[in-house]
Amino acid sequence: MTFLKYAVYRFFTMLLTLWVVSILVFTIINLPPGDYLSNQIAELRATGQAEGVAKAEFLRTEYALDRPIWEQYLIWVGFAPGPNGFSGLIQGDFGWSFEFDQPVGEIVGDALWLTVLVNLAAVLFVYVVALPLGVLAAAKAETWTDYTAGFAGYLGLATPNFLLALILFYYGHKYFDIPIGGLMDANFEGEPLSWAKVKSIAIHLIVPTFVIGTSGAAAMMQRLRANMLDELSKPYVETARAKGLAPARLLAKYPLRMAFNPFVADIGNLLPAMVSGSVLVSVVLALPTIGPALLAALKSQDQFLAAFVLMFVALLTLVGTMISDLLLVLLDPRIRYGSRDA
Amino acid sequence: MTSLLDVDGLTIGFGTALPVVNNVSFSVRAGETLALVGESGSGKTLTCRAVLRILPETAQVRGGGITFHQPDGATNLLTCSSRHMRRIRGNRIAMIFQEPMRSLSPLHRLGNQVGEVLRIHRNLGRAETKRRVLAQFEKVGFADPERAWRSYPFEMSGGMRQRAMIAMAMVAEPELLIADEPTTALDVTTQAQVLGLIRRLQKDTGMAVILVTHDLGVVANMAQQVVVMNKGRVMESGCASDVLGAPAHGYTKKLFAAAPMIPEVAQPARALDHRDIILDLRSVSKTYTMRAGGWRKPVQIAACRDVNLQVVRGKTLAVVGESGSGKTTCARIALGAERPDPGGQVLFAPDKDDAPLPVHDMTRVQRTAFQRQAQMVFQDPYSSLSPRMRVQSAMIEPMQIHNIGNRAEQLEKAAEMLRWVGLDPDMLRRYPHAFSGGQRQRLSIARALTLDPRLLICDEPTSALDVSVQDQILTLLEDIRDRAALSYLFISHDLAVVARIADEVAVMRAGVIVEQAPPETLFYNPRHPYTCALIAAQPEPDLARPIDLALVAKGAGSPASWPDQFRFEGADAPMLRELDPGHLVRCHV
Repeated sequence: MTFLKYAVYRFFTMLLTLWVVSILVFTIINLPPGDYLSNQIAELRATGQAEGVAKAEFLRTEYALDRPIWEQYLIWVGFAPGPNGFSGLIQGDFGWSFEFDQPVGEIVGDALWLTVLVNLAAVLFVYVVALPLGVLAAAKAETWTDYTAGFAGYLGLATPNFLLALILFYYGHKYFDIPIGGLMDANFEGEPLSWAKVKSIAIHLIVPTFVIGTSGAAAMMQRLRANMLDELSKPYVETARAKGLAPARLLAKYPLRMAFNPFVADIGNLLPAMVSGSVLVSVVLALPTIGPALLAALKSQDQFLAAFVLMFVALLTLVGTMISDLLLVLLDPRIRYGSRDA
Repeated sequence: MTSLLDVDGLTIGFGTALPVVNNVSFSVRAGETLALVGESGSGKTLTCRAVLRILPETAQVRGGGITFHQPDGATNLLTCSSRHMRRIRGNRIAMIFQEPMRSLSPLHRLGNQVGEVLRIHRNLGRAETKRRVLAQFEKVGFADPERAWRSYPFEMSGGMRQRAMIAMAMVAEPELLIADEPTTALDVTTQAQVLGLIRRLQKDTGMAVILVTHDLGVVANMAQQVVVMNKGRVMESGCASDVLGAPAHGYTKKLFAAAPMIPEVAQPARALDHRDIILDLRSVSKTYTMRAGGWRKPVQIAACRDVNLQVVRGKTLAVVGESGSGKTTCARIALGAERPDPGGQVLFAPDKDDAPLPVHDMTRVQRTAFQRQAQMVFQDPYSSLSPRMRVQSAMIEPMQIHNIGNRAEQLEKAAEMLRWVGLDPDMLRRYPHAFSGGQRQRLSIARALTLDPRLLICDEPTSALDVSVQDQILTLLEDIRDRAALSYLFISHDLAVVARIADEVAVMRAGVIVEQAPPETLFYNPRHPYTCALIAAQPEPDLARPIDLALVAKGAGSPASWPDQFRFEGADAPMLRELDPGHLVRCHV
């Protein structure tokens, strides 16, 4: 019961944080002087293209860019009525991209879900790889196993992602016939979901997952190893040995359980790091994620698109943090009971 | 009687260094208690860990044998297979450790952790396992075994956790229990009760016990056989009445001489002049608000209530109490590190005829001066000196902060203070890790003295040290008190330590002072049941005077269980009354 209460409480604080983030995002995007349209109008005037100016002026009023900044904010979020009534983020209208001349929702559309998909796959990869390797490295510390795992980890950390992507693509295609680029076969795009489409996506996911996840997995492995080593020297591990517990069971029940906390707490940090870290990889691999869209939008002051992408990344982070907080409460009775010692 | 465990010529070392356990032999008979006595570094802990083969990975057993005799034949514990060893651990030989706080996993319920022993060794099924664990919980003194089963270790006090550890060790009914300093981390009254418990369980089950300890008082209360160790070698061994009654070896005699004791004959304390007060705590209370997790109501906790204490110039006021009694909070308030609740006041008079200044409302200049005149000596000399600073920098840093003298004068002062505390000024260039615990405590005393303080607040300055070192530090503190005209506020949980140095003693319990008197009155005419329990619980290295558990039990419980005259619950404690001149007791008339 108390857990449910805590979950609800945590959800509301997340919404509150999201609201503060929206203010920050909007402010930061509007900090540089001018906006996309006024830049464009100035440029059109200079080159004497009158009909373009009229369209731009229309868009300015249509998207309330002629109003004071705080009013723009309220309209954008959907707290106040704009020229077309309430139509903001909370109503599901994400605004207009001037650069692509399309609604933001349409540009981002599929990319949104594919981004989530690619990053979830990468996070999963990080955990699946880091967990056994980290535990193994700690249990066999200062041995051949440990050094090999450590070397592989540093290699993963040190190799630039895009380079790894190019190499993997070349050899993956040459020897295993793994398709190059994109997240699905071209003929599935825009098609309804089908078994063949899922299969195609899964095959296309292999390389990106590996590329995006490698450095994260390497870092996570090292952290887990260090945590485990700390825990292994604690007296309660000795108590368990003195009970006559077998080594493997002992490792899993006591120190791993303790070392798991930071592991779980990292979920929140992992997501945004991957979204921003995967921009370059997405460009190289031609992945239809929102990373490249964010880059383009920021360069051209395409404010609604940029704001939306930033908000989306923020949402991912906050949800990740919330999940890890809730998991920690479930995992660790000390947090659940709010005790400070032990 | 045949022996149960024979340790024969055991030698253990690290790397290529000389052995740290050297040719140690002893044997334990069924149903008997053997005490391994020694100071830190004597190799007693390594010896008993070798029995269960849970030595640190870098330790190598270089020779000797450990034979465990069972009805179905003898086993050499050093050479048997690890599978066989695991069948013995927890099953035939169990172990309890020094720190009950850290020896239990904080993430698993007690029932799970204790029941695990049976799950590994007995295969009884869930219901029977639980039944036996609950029965064991009851035997070790849990009032509500069902609740203990569901509890996490951090929900319990240190004494209760040690009881849970004992339950875990005992649940499979082993033939041999190894207890490694089982009561060192506990308060004296709790220690007495835990020792009593081990003795009772031993009588019921007939198991043998190896008790590792540094405290001869504990030995006298528990053991039939004694092995005294020093620097990895056995110094003296034999039955308890011989070793304790007529110690033959010089080292054993030295241990005896150093053991802090409440003296037999009352030594009249020096007369107190209550007109010349250096530090005056007036109705000091402190309430903390604990935020208990994200979604619970904060709780108000009274750390201390209505404390009135006066430190007479040139004298030592000792505050004694168990952990959580509020004694450290008082010290922190006295130093100005915390503000008392409104209505309380701390006055400080640096010199005899100065007007007393309120510690918590000083001007900036007054405050700087106060910070020079009142210094603190901490409990743990290992963590109170920065390992990255040379002794020299640590020593002159206080003078640099207060802008006293030029560099040459500062160095001269630092060297002089080192000589005062019995260290060589050549040591200034070294780092703290090059010093032993006792030397480090001398360093922190020397550092406190560099500012020529008037008042020294010592927070358990000897409890992290070995007995022989503890003795030296107390002598040093007495010397410099008289030499530098210092006054002490001395915080301790140990009555025997205080007996020696104090001119007046205040006993605290549950945030209030329950009894206050000069030592000769307090120790020989204690009135309050809690004081009586503290004195009775003090283990003495004398076989003829075992701990009186009944007396301990009477006063060590919660204030609500005290006799009518002293009883109180929650915040409405009776008044502190002056029964005789200078002897205050908290009681109803």
